[in-house]
Amino acid sequence: MNADRSGPAISVRGLSKRFGDRVAFDDVSFEIGYGEVFGFLGPNGAGKTTTVRTLGTLVAPTSGAATVAGIPLTPANGVEIRSRIAIMPESPGLYMRLTVIENLECFADLNDVPDAPARIAGALRAVGLADRARDVCGALSKGLRQRVALARALLPRPDVLFLDEPTAGLDPAATREVHELIDDLRKRGVTIFLTTHRLEEAERLCDRIAILKTTLRVTGRPDELRDRLFARTVTVTTLAPLPNPDLVFAGLPTVDSWRQDGATGYVLTVSDPALAAPAVTRALVRAGADVLTVGRSHHSLEDIYLTLLDREDEVDRK
Amino acid sequence: MSISRRRVRAIVRKEFREYRHNGNIIYTMAILPVIFLIQPLVQAFAAPASASATLRQEHSLLYLLAIPLLVPAGVAAYAIVGERLQGTLEPVLGTPVRRTELLLGKALAAVAPSVVVAYTVYALFVAVIELFARPSVASALIQGPELVAQLLFTPLLAAWSTWVGVGVSVRSRDPRNASGVAMLLSLPMVAITSLIAFNVIPATLAVAFAFALALVVLDRLGWRVASGLFDRERLIVGTK
Repeated sequence: MNADRSGPAISVRGLSKRFGDRVAFDDVSFEIGYGEVFGFLGPNGAGKTTTVRTLGTLVAPTSGAATVAGIPLTPANGVEIRSRIAIMPESPGLYMRLTVIENLECFADLNDVPDAPARIAGALRAVGLADRARDVCGALSKGLRQRVALARALLPRPDVLFLDEPTAGLDPAATREVHELIDDLRKRGVTIFLTTHRLEEAERLCDRIAILKTTLRVTGRPDELRDRLFARTVTVTTLAPLPNPDLVFAGLPTVDSWRQDGATGYVLTVSDPALAAPAVTRALVRAGADVLTVGRSHHSLEDIYLTLLDREDEVDRK
Repeated sequence: MSISRRRVRAIVRKEFREYRHNGNIIYTMAILPVIFLIQPLVQAFAAPASASATLRQEHSLLYLLAIPLLVPAGVAAYAIVGERLQGTLEPVLGTPVRRTELLLGKALAAVAPSVVVAYTVYALFVAVIELFARPSVASALIQGPELVAQLLFTPLLAAWSTWVGVGVSVRSRDPRNASGVAMLLSLPMVAITSLIAFNVIPATLAVAFAFALALVVLDRLGWRVASGLFDRERLIVGTK
């Protein structure tokens, strides 16, 4: 593809989609750079799939503006946009009576792929299905069908690849295979828009994430969101309760405050965990405490996600 | 707006491959024409030699033109709603294919086997009559102009019926309903060919010419109307 790669791969400004009275998503804005893996998270019914369909020109937005692969999202540009992107929907949508290669040949032609046989062979190799080309799709396992769908999406060498819940319904082994394929695509510089509600998947694969629940709640790198949502903390566990914890923790460098967490646990809010942890350990030893653990707290993406949605729900209730 | 032959060919080839992998589609297409043959065959073999003069005045074989009208309607009615039901429509619509290309491919894939089936059934009928019916009855039944009419009108009628089927399919949610409605909408044209067959409308050269011209216009219009009815969003989301 010869797209102009100077701007963002996707730029969305105030995009909304309504179906009658029902709001699918509202006033969504974000940008995705070329080569980025962007995770689009949200609970079921949050509007993730409708966003993908809208950016993929399958559904027309109600309001707002966007560019996809550098092309303005308008009805007139539908064919041009679709020739620069590929969408892998949640359900593989394969012709089950046809073989793997027959499915891919059909889509190679629909995408006007040059040198189709070589491209098909390359796509099959990329998803590890070179030896299954003559298999009928209906006879494949769910994981293999998902791989065929991914091969189909790779055929046109898209500027932007939309993956809508690519691991939904897959067992752990098949999920790992799909993750490895996405990792491989990332290494090849493919821009990926990944919708998922698997948080560990997003954390593992995505450079940045956005959380959608009809409106966009947050966008950023997982680390940034962690810092934004949670105070930096160091957790301490001792064998026995400290007689006077305030004496131990107060006044230590970078420790802002502390609170007890259970009989022998302490959570310290710090400005720099790397500086605080050794200082805390020394203070505990000086105080004669039997230290079991000292460590910086880790908040998973799941913590971020649940905290954020809980906060938003609270705000909505108010 | 240009039409990509490659994309149209991709749809046609895919449909043909599905026919090949699922022989039932072709068998089902052939059942109705075979049933349609019973009446003219009975008529031909039951007719005494003295009936040949009366048969010569009729155009009863034009009744077989109902075959290219009814066969593709059912197949075409499944074209879009079937893909939607299988979940294969969204990946197809996610490609650069235009609705006109998709519908043209679907229509060609329905018309071609229907025409082949109609021609084959008609050829079989002619062969059986020529070989086994009384020679006077055979020569009365099989007339040159009727053969020409059969050859000319079969693809035109099949194309019309296909566009009716495709038009119904793009607006339908259920393949069974679509098939029924498409067949029903094809009936007025069946009535016209039957009226010609039974001499209610005189089968003159002028009528044939006017009918052919009307069908060419209707076939072109059918493509436009079916394309106009095609709504990507409605087909994907099913809300409108």
